[in-house]
Amino acid sequence: MARVLIVAEHDGRALNASTAKCVSCAASFAPSAIDIAVFASDGGAVAAQAAALEGATGVIRVDHPANENALAAVAAPQIAELSAGYTHVFGPSTTFGKDLMPRVAALLGVGQLSDIMNAESAWRFKRPFYAGNAILTVEAPEDRPVVATVRTASYQAAEDSGNAPISQRTIETELPTHTRYVELRSDSGGGRPDLQTASRVVSGGRGVGSSENFQIIERLADALGAAVGASRAAVDAGYAGNDLQVGQTGKIIAPDLYIAVGISGAIQHLTGIKDAGVIVAINKDSEAPLFEVADIGLVADLFAAVPELAEALGEQARSGS
Amino acid sequence: MTVVDTILVPLKRVVDANVRVRVKPDGSGMALDGVKMSINPFDEIALEEALRIRERGETGEVVVVSIGTQVWTQQLRAGLAMGADRAILVETDQELEPLTVARTLMALVEREHSELVILGKQAIDGDNNQTGQMLAAIWGRPQACFTSHLRFSDRVATAMREVDAGLEVIEVDLPAVVTTDLRLNEPRYTKLPDILKAKKKPLQTLSLAELNVDPEVQFRVLGIEPPPQRPSGVKVSDVAELVQALRQKGVV
Ligand SMILES: Cc1cc2nc3c(=O)[nH]c(=O)nc-3n(C[C@H](O)[C@H](O)[C@H](O)COP(=O)(O)OP(=O)(O)OC[C@H]3O[C@@H](n4cnc5c(N)ncnc54)[C@H](O)[C@@H]3O)c2cc1C
Ligand SMILES: Cc1cc2nc3c(=O)[nH]c(=O)nc-3n(C[C@H](O)[C@H](O)[C@H](O)COP(=O)(O)OP(=O)(O)OC[C@H]3O[C@@H](n4cnc5c(N)ncnc54)[C@H](O)[C@@H]3O)c2cc1C
Repeated sequence: MARVLIVAEHDGRALNASTAKCVSCAASFAPSAIDIAVFASDGGAVAAQAAALEGATGVIRVDHPANENALAAVAAPQIAELSAGYTHVFGPSTTFGKDLMPRVAALLGVGQLSDIMNAESAWRFKRPFYAGNAILTVEAPEDRPVVATVRTASYQAAEDSGNAPISQRTIETELPTHTRYVELRSDSGGGRPDLQTASRVVSGGRGVGSSENFQIIERLADALGAAVGASRAAVDAGYAGNDLQVGQTGKIIAPDLYIAVGISGAIQHLTGIKDAGVIVAINKDSEAPLFEVADIGLVADLFAAVPELAEALGEQARSGS
Repeated sequence: MTVVDTILVPLKRVVDANVRVRVKPDGSGMALDGVKMSINPFDEIALEEALRIRERGETGEVVVVSIGTQVWTQQLRAGLAMGADRAILVETDQELEPLTVARTLMALVEREHSELVILGKQAIDGDNNQTGQMLAAIWGRPQACFTSHLRFSDRVATAMREVDAGLEVIEVDLPAVVTTDLRLNEPRYTKLPDILKAKKKPLQTLSLAELNVDPEVQFRVLGIEPPPQRPSGVKVSDVAELVQALRQKGVV
């Protein structure tokens, strides 16, 4: 019978929504245990949030000063020690999980599965590769732990109506000091929803033309209560921060509504939005590849269309409809 | 001042980023016949960074390594033309899992006494994003993954990492593994004379057996299929129609 250990992603205060998605992935093959491990300097608040996830059978708090900031080299040996007795060790396919889980796998002497998008059983999984141009079905051996990352865009977050017991653990393994956290620089957001979990996203591309013009995108996002995203070209050109990049090498997202403005629709971008509910493309070039995947396309100059759209939607919000 | 004597830069041969690859109709693999192959873009960035470190006098040499078939020497020669000092091909015709690639790189680190490995954060074909992290684990050394800025001071590297929350700065003691993100640098173009010069640079061939690496396969591939297609959409002619269509879909 499968027993799953999930490594919680958090910032010391709040549990990241990616953890609830890992729980959903694990629950899909009905294992006998889904335990969530919280590594923190003081994991009380995060553990309580994890314990509320529907489907979780237990939460393990590992409090240690070295766990103040998540560092893969520090967390991996602790997870390796904690993983005894589990058949599966899961983390999210966010930069947190991608950094960490291969290190855990290699410490355990096993391979790692990246980006599980579907679990056909506890040992049979689907994952995308070639920028999402192909889906691979793979089977993992049953005689070794399955270490994997879960493609968060493929799963709904588990509800928070549960009440799992919380326990504390002390780790024996000696922790390395060769890796040290310095700081996190974060400039985006501006009070907007988080790109990875937002139900609506408005993204701008190179067509937006400058960082000043990017305000056009932000205004539309604000009229919709949406998060802001960007293509790689827009990030490279400095119109938007790196944490806003959507795509193969940025964030893979699944909002209910995705509006792409001045983005051509390169395969590397499209792979980031395949699971979006409704995709809208606004582009002046009717041949732009984004129109091939868009549910609604508008061939127009963005400098005219986007402010008009923001205006129309803002009015709708004001009149409360 | 020299920080490390030898930097290893793994180069993976992949389908060029501009090619749109498809699954073969019979689902037996990808249709790759006659498709343009290139150095994995992230590895090109890794090599560029290593060359800049050498140009700053912080390393003695840059060695490019590939684990693949004879044709992979094309990418190694391209790496030599970009400026690497020498190349090593570990010849194998097997599809290797990232753990095996990492074990092979570990053997090369020991053989070459390298104290810094810079490699791509992910290969754009396999998309695994694992190899560097696994190498660091096996080596018992730090990893600085998804790096977009890298500097050295004595035996400490400071790396800025592209993470979901923004940019994270960490410090790692050498030896270490660095994986590259897109914005670390812009790789140089190769000039024709360099291509000619590259032909004379040393390229050594080794086998997995010589390095004592067992290419074990853990994951069994059961099938490859194309992704589900999204149904085709509608075009609207103006913003008013767009708003109406959005309302119909129930998303605003
Ligand atoms: C290894 C690798 C990884 C990559 N990873 C990613 C990734 O994660 N995410 C990503 O997005 N890209 C990624 N890329 C880059 C990708 O290939 C494209 O280059 C990029 O997505 C293009 O961005 P864009 O659509 O904004 O720019 P462009 O392709 O230049 O498109 C701009 C569009 O704006 C339109 N436009 C211009 N002016 C106007 C106007 N006034 N009104 C309306 N429309 C206008 C144009 O018609 C055009 O279609 C990657 C590439 C590589 C090689
Ligand atoms: C049975 C089987 C079938 C497979 N079929 C396919 C298939 O059809 N198509 C496919 O693309 N993959 C296939 N794979 C996986 C393929 O072998 C992967 O490319 C491999 O697992 C490495 O993963 P990655 O390149 O995605 O690693 P990543 O961890 O994403 O690579 C990161 C970095 O590691 C380095 N690196 C990785 N491999 C090498 C190498 N060989 N030489 C030098 N440096 C390297 C590069 O610097 C690269 O940037 C298959 C695997 C198996 C076991």
